[in-house]
Amino acid sequence: MAKGSAGTFEGSAHVAPPGEIDTRHGVILYMENVTVSFDGFKALNDLSLYIDDGELRCIIGPNGAGKTTMMDVITGKTRPDTGSVFLGQGTDLTTMSEYQIANAGVGRKFQKPTIFPTHTVFENLELAMQSDKRVWPSLFARLTGEQRDKIAQVMATIGLTEVCYSPAGLLSHGQKQWLEIGMLLMQEPRVLLVDEPVAGMTHQEMDRTAALLTGLAGEHSVVVVEHDMAFVRSIARKVTVLHQGSVLAEGDMDTVQNDPRVVEVYLGA
Amino acid sequence: MQWFDLKSDRGGTIFLGLLTLVTLVVIVANQLIPAGSSLHLSTFTVTLLGKYLCYALLAIALDLVWGYCGILSLGHGAFFALGGYGMGMYLMRQIGDRGVYGNPLLPDFMVFLNWDKLPWFWHGFDHFWFAMLMVMLVPGGLAFTFGWLAFRSRVTGVYLSIMTQALTYALMLAFFRNEMGFGGNNGLTDFKDILGFSLQADSTRVVIFLASALALAGGYLLSRWVVRSKAGRVVVAVRDAEDRARFVGYKVESFKLAIFVLSAVLAGIAGALYVPQVGIINPGEFSPLNSIELAIWVALGGRGYLYGAVMGAVLVNYAKTYLTGAMPDAWLFALGGLFVVATLFLPKGVVGWFEGLSTRRKTEEVARG
Ligand SMILES: Nc1ncnc2c1ncn2[C@@H]1O[C@H](COP(=O)(O)OP(=O)(O)O)[C@@H](O)[C@H]1O
Ligand SMILES: [Mg+2]
Repeated sequence: MAKGSAGTFEGSAHVAPPGEIDTRHGVILYMENVTVSFDGFKALNDLSLYIDDGELRCIIGPNGAGKTTMMDVITGKTRPDTGSVFLGQGTDLTTMSEYQIANAGVGRKFQKPTIFPTHTVFENLELAMQSDKRVWPSLFARLTGEQRDKIAQVMATIGLTEVCYSPAGLLSHGQKQWLEIGMLLMQEPRVLLVDEPVAGMTHQEMDRTAALLTGLAGEHSVVVVEHDMAFVRSIARKVTVLHQGSVLAEGDMDTVQNDPRVVEVYLGA
Repeated sequence: MQWFDLKSDRGGTIFLGLLTLVTLVVIVANQLIPAGSSLHLSTFTVTLLGKYLCYALLAIALDLVWGYCGILSLGHGAFFALGGYGMGMYLMRQIGDRGVYGNPLLPDFMVFLNWDKLPWFWHGFDHFWFAMLMVMLVPGGLAFTFGWLAFRSRVTGVYLSIMTQALTYALMLAFFRNEMGFGGNNGLTDFKDILGFSLQADSTRVVIFLASALALAGGYLLSRWVVRSKAGRVVVAVRDAEDRARFVGYKVESFKLAIFVLSAVLAGIAGALYVPQVGIINPGEFSPLNSIELAIWVALGGRGYLYGAVMGAVLVNYAKTYLTGAMPDAWLFALGGLFVVATLFLPKGVVGWFEGLSTRRKTEEVARG
């Protein structure tokens, strides 16, 4: 891997045109031999994972397997003790801070829905929108008609047009989940990391979320962490099972579910 | 558009209207109505009101960082005091050879300390423009340095508040020392004139009052413009969900730093206008208690509402003026009581409570159809 070109995005990496990510090898996200320990406990243990450009990947695994920690490492929240994390071939994510990684094209939905509660739905989407996010330009920023259309379009996609001007803090749990996904869409990321998107959703909401996420794959690469097996089955093409901080099994849903090691981990031996 | 309606600033308009009215009445009542008339406003009262205006600007400054960005600075008095010292240094140099010792260059306290030349940092303060520049640059620069270190290391919450308290306390101790060159314990006082006009003259007092009113209105309008810009919405986003703001692509530290520096500059201007009206600046202005009192004004008025901060500053200081006159011992208890009332019953302050009422009424109207 071309380590020499690491740091291309440092400093002035505010609006990185997604085109700059080098995916000539078909892989958009590389995690290699990543280890993270908290006071000696290894939350990630020599984890290697590759996400293809445009794929939809599900990550499953018991509680404490390290799924959220993995997302923390990719998005710059947690620095790995060892190992490398690259976006495309040229962008070393371990040297970048959270906002730089976000602007380089990695969007993230948290496990607990996190939105800006006192801002309206409209403003939440506006703030997330891909734009020059430095202080001075933000001070003078004005919405163009095109940008308003874009917000309206995403608002329709996530079904929140009716509550456009409500403070986001008043939304239901499921609506907040969607709003957060909508904010991801506004960022126009190349990679979406989605942590437990259907927690607290009704079946109907789940189906809509499934349709939304599968629709996004192709143009974006989507990594979904989820517990709900029925949901995973409904969207998954390729599934990775994490266990004790490393990959236990990988493949399509049927292969994985019949893997004796996976059965052992999930059902207990 | 509905989105803009939500942003209308009824309270702010009322405040600006009142400010204009009060300013006009004060000028007319002091300057045009003869001293014998019962409608005449004494210069003492004009100056007292002018002080309130400075406090109000200071409260707006704190509201920007606390109400909008969630940074509870308990050291904002330091920026106010530094601005005050900047003005004080100019006024000292204006005294010239009219001091007790008659030294044309050195202020009295330096002669008293047997200094033979002006310390380097006193140079330039004989120029008004230079002093006014420093009134903004010094608090702004201190806020920049402090904020850069603190926000970069992601110090937040109580720890940050304690650090700001320590900052103002350290400055107080430093300014108490004679060797610092700011008049030590006694501070700077015995001012004679400003831009050639006697500070004792009624007309000068009224002009300074007018300048305070203009600074308050200007500070309010600038702050309102900032908090209504997209950058202002980012600042509120940082207050409510810092991580989300970061992962959406904002460099949170920069936004905190920008609002902190702006706030410090406004506080400095407030301090600079305050000093010629009270006629003295001493290290007591750095007292941590002052900064805590300031936080209570903002909490009581309603943080997150710029005119709420103004209201808090004026109400509490009016109460203070009244009580320290009527029952000097009661003031600290009253202040403590106000703080308890604000925290327990008015978490969003007086203004937040009113806004809550009118929102509820609107919702009920909608419900009734
Ligand atoms: N900041 C932290 N400090 C200490 N331990 C942590 C921290 N974050 C996660 N862990 C531990 O690391 C393990 C993996 O956690 P996590 O990634 O949240 O698991 P998952 O998302 O798969 O349920 C857990 O045992 C958790 O307790
Ligand atoms: Mg998790």
